Amino acid sequence: MSGDWPLWEVFVRAKAGLAHRHVGSVHAPDAQLALRHARDTYTRRTEGVSLWVVPSAEIVASDPDEAGPMFEPAADKIYRHPTFYDIPDEVKHI
Amino acid sequence: MASLPPIDVPKGATGAGAFDAPAAGEPDPARFDYLLRLGDDSLILGQRLGEWCGHAPALEVDLSLANLALDLIGQATHLLGAAGDADRLAFHRDVLDFRNCLLVEQPNGDFGRTMARQLLFSTWQHLLYQRLSESTDQFLREIAAKAVKEVAYHRELASEWTVRLGDGTEESAQRMREGLDWCWRFIPELFEVDELLDGLITRGIAADPGSFADEYRSALGAVLADAKLETPADQRPILGGRRGHHSEHLGHLLAQMQFLPRTYPDAKW
Repeated sequence: MSGDWPLWEVFVRAKAGLAHRHVGSVHAPDAQLALRHARDTYTRRTEGVSLWVVPSAEIVASDPDEAGPMFEPAADKIYRHPTFYDIPDEVKHI
Repeated sequence: MASLPPIDVPKGATGAGAFDAPAAGEPDPARFDYLLRLGDDSLILGQRLGEWCGHAPALEVDLSLANLALDLIGQATHLLGAAGDADRLAFHRDVLDFRNCLLVEQPNGDFGRTMARQLLFSTWQHLLYQRLSESTDQFLREIAAKAVKEVAYHRELASEWTVRLGDGTEESAQRMREGLDWCWRFIPELFEVDELLDGLITRGIAADPGSFADEYRSALGAVLADAKLETPADQRPILGGRRGHHSEHLGHLLAQMQFLPRTYPDAKW
């Protein structure tokens, strides 16, 4: 039966202030039940305070065959990392 | 088999009413019975839902039903634990001593009937627990305040499935109708006020189901209207669960549920 249902990607916000993170997917006949299934599958152990579900078919993904041109040129651009600054000890979460 | 813990009936506690309330520290048989009613409702429905484990129409639904079952068994653990030794009450009590309503012991049938049973029970339990969270009994107040959120979710889930099945395909609507027809005759028992319950209502311990009977009917009516289903005609009510008069189904359920602890009383996890 679930084979007939579309797939939904599930995102969970672990606590207020954090971004939603992708945790997996569920089958469901519609958006509301996708939220219910996501709740029952991925937040059973108090993993979250907020849920997003997105139809998997709506995800636009990069082509794995294009990974070279897409991502490798960034590898030798160390000056793009903010590692040339002295960060004061008081500044957290960087 | 004498399986219930012995109860000393306090002097002067045979009638109903505030003046008959047992003094602090004295056994309170009416409260004990009420804890069994509430606890057994949750325990038996939890066991029934657990039977779906591995058999639900989809993996996700399997998890949904298991979650409901675990919520209910958690409630039963607290409620029976307040009445005595929860494990002894659950596993070493005979069918005539169970005080659950007949609705929760009904077999699962198909998914439509399971959802019909859930809709009828969770809607009732939600309205009841809302009121119990204002009980004069501190334990009941606290357990109800905690459980009411779980039950609100059960009610919403059952309502959503009722709408999807009722307003789905011809077959799903037919199965939902049959499920509702099967369960409908067990509604009046949920609103029965016997002498024992009447006394507890007077003392402010129990909630009066009569106070939300209309709300219950209109809430069900609204869900069924969304589901494009007609409200079933009232049937001859079947009562007796609160007095231990159960259908044959409960005996089979208990045989399965109690087999292990009764056969191997010393078994440990």
